[in-house]
Amino acid sequence: MLLEVKNLSTEFQLKRGIIKAVDDISFTLDKGEILAIVGESGSGKSVTSHSIMGLLQKPGRISGGEILFKSRNLNKLSRKELQKIRGNQISMIFQEPMTSLNPVWRIKDQIIESITTHMQVSQKEALARTIAMLDTVGIPSPAQRANDYPHQMSGGMRQRVMTAMALACGPELLIADEPTTALDVTIQAQILELLYRMREKFQMAVLLITHDLGVVSEAADRVIVMYCGKIMEEADVRSLFTRPLHPYTVGLLQSIPQIDDDSDKRLYMIKGMVPNPLTMPPGCPFSDRCDHSMERCTKEMPELKEIAGQKVRCFLFEEGEGGGLGAK
Amino acid sequence: MLKYIIKRILMLIPVLIGVSIIVFLIMRVFSPDPAPIVLGQHATQEAAEAWRQANGLNDPIYLQYWHYLQGALTGNLGTSYYTKTPVIKEIMARFPATIELAVVAIILASFFGILIGVISAVKKNSIFDNAGMLLALIGVSMPIFWLGILLIIFFSGTLHWLPSNGRINPLLEPIHITGFYLIDSLITGNISAFADALRHLILPASALAMYSMAIITRMTRSSMLDTLQQDFIRTARAKGIAEGRVIVRHGLRNGLIPIVTVIGLQLGSLLGGAVLTETVFSWPGIGAYTVTCILKSDFPVVQGVVLLVAAIFVLVNLIVDVIYAFLDPRIKYSKKEV
Ligand SMILES: Nc1ncnc2c1ncn2[C@@H]1O[C@H](COP(=O)(O)OP(=O)(O)O)[C@@H](O)[C@H]1O
Ligand SMILES: [Mg+2]
Repeated sequence: MLLEVKNLSTEFQLKRGIIKAVDDISFTLDKGEILAIVGESGSGKSVTSHSIMGLLQKPGRISGGEILFKSRNLNKLSRKELQKIRGNQISMIFQEPMTSLNPVWRIKDQIIESITTHMQVSQKEALARTIAMLDTVGIPSPAQRANDYPHQMSGGMRQRVMTAMALACGPELLIADEPTTALDVTIQAQILELLYRMREKFQMAVLLITHDLGVVSEAADRVIVMYCGKIMEEADVRSLFTRPLHPYTVGLLQSIPQIDDDSDKRLYMIKGMVPNPLTMPPGCPFSDRCDHSMERCTKEMPELKEIAGQKVRCFLFEEGEGGGLGAK
Repeated sequence: MLKYIIKRILMLIPVLIGVSIIVFLIMRVFSPDPAPIVLGQHATQEAAEAWRQANGLNDPIYLQYWHYLQGALTGNLGTSYYTKTPVIKEIMARFPATIELAVVAIILASFFGILIGVISAVKKNSIFDNAGMLLALIGVSMPIFWLGILLIIFFSGTLHWLPSNGRINPLLEPIHITGFYLIDSLITGNISAFADALRHLILPASALAMYSMAIITRMTRSSMLDTLQQDFIRTARAKGIAEGRVIVRHGLRNGLIPIVTVIGLQLGSLLGGAVLTETVFSWPGIGAYTVTCILKSDFPVVQGVVLLVAAIFVLVNLIVDVIYAFLDPRIKYSKKEV
């Protein structure tokens, strides 16, 4: 087991109250596996990834749980020890390729910095490795482009540079937080393809965070559906798409645009809005948007239950298999 | 880039013409008649009239200006009414003292301003931040002559650590090569003169630096607060870079542009002469001297100084713009933008 997150909770203590951005989530990630975390904006995906990386900003703090990376609890490491792991064994790509690179440094210097921080190599070797990495992620004439500044590149190219930088030290785990959200559709596919290829090439695990289930079907092995800081459903990608259990998952699946659809059909959207994290109602956080909501749903929080290798948090499945959305 | 610099330098010409017209008019319209001041209260009407005639003050203003411009173009800014010395010589005798004081003050102000500003931003809302901001508040609100007098009382008077007036002990004065004592004493290998000049600089430079330091501290803090929130800082941290390096090499390096801007503006105004500081510390610079010349209606000197200060202001701004291009690769000075 490469990564094991156990009962992780992360909260933001604000003047107006406490936001439980991540609420008691657990999952595991094996070597070489791609695990996707899916959920609407605000469901706590970025906070999860920042908690793992130790990048939480005040007033955010991990209030409980463990993050075991190769059996070491990352949350208990000193800043120095964490810095040795970050960018080296675990690295990260962010959503915003336009702003995630330092605008006043040449891209080669940004990648070289990563390499020389973690590896005992000369500047020359680091540069050679940088250019090789840029080549690997598909940047044409990498030796020349290495001298560019970020503003001289397109968004897609910058995300490739970010990927090259993240992979420069050969990480065992790559966290990609919405790596394609800011890009247009054709570039999105290219970047996903790249991640997939890199996983094969470097045998690394990927935690792929996205709000777009369409992205998941193409790349992931296993999927976690998150909502309001909680895991609502977990399944391998095949089961999730053929047999979604949670009404929230069903809603997300129905909102994927279908290219071969009749164009006069309006795109489905889950009704209502994500509740305000400061005034989270008791019971299931999805209850006020759910078509199957029962009285009980607004009062009690359902447990995450295992049903035939799939996990779901919903009272519809309390009685086990056979209940639920039935023929849906 | 070179084209841009040349264009900016050429733009000095209209600026200087405009400034010279304004100062010319102001002096002649609002200043008292210099004749009785130069000749003394007891001079006769005829003598005063003759003096005015001799100095061209009876000509129409546009003609006076025309003559002045002709002189200026040939490098002749006239002579002081009192000392009869060429204005250029008068200025050159005092300006190095002002530059030396201003440069040392801006170095002090920049060093401490950036240091305190960065710490305040990194440790936002901590006791360090509060102390830094209090210091900055004191710096902008404390009258400079008052601070100067306090420094003199304490460090010269009570403790006898540092001298309180002049640039150097006259016995140690180095041979004038550049007019900057720190440089002249080093060139001539006169270490004791160097040390003495430095000791004389500490108090006036500290007093003068205080205000600029406060401004630089505030600008550094706000610029760093902004920069440290940027996504690329998070990227640097995610790369496993040590925090100190993240703050300086990524944060400060990016937040430097507004800081360099205020440093440039502060330097420009310090070079115009720090009248109060020069007066309190008997510093033989251009500021206090110019005020005396204004009061005595020494037109040629005042005109010369104002032109010089205007030129320096423009040049400092040009240097700041050139530094921008080095700090930020996104800034390009093409012909169109001029
Ligand atoms: N710096 C912060 N201060 C306060 N609340 C925050 C902060 N960052 C995130 N949150 C809260 O955490 C929740 C999850 O945010 P996030 O993880 O960014 O969602 P997403 O799934 O879109 O990545 C949000 O409801 C947000 O209110
Ligand atoms: Mg996010």
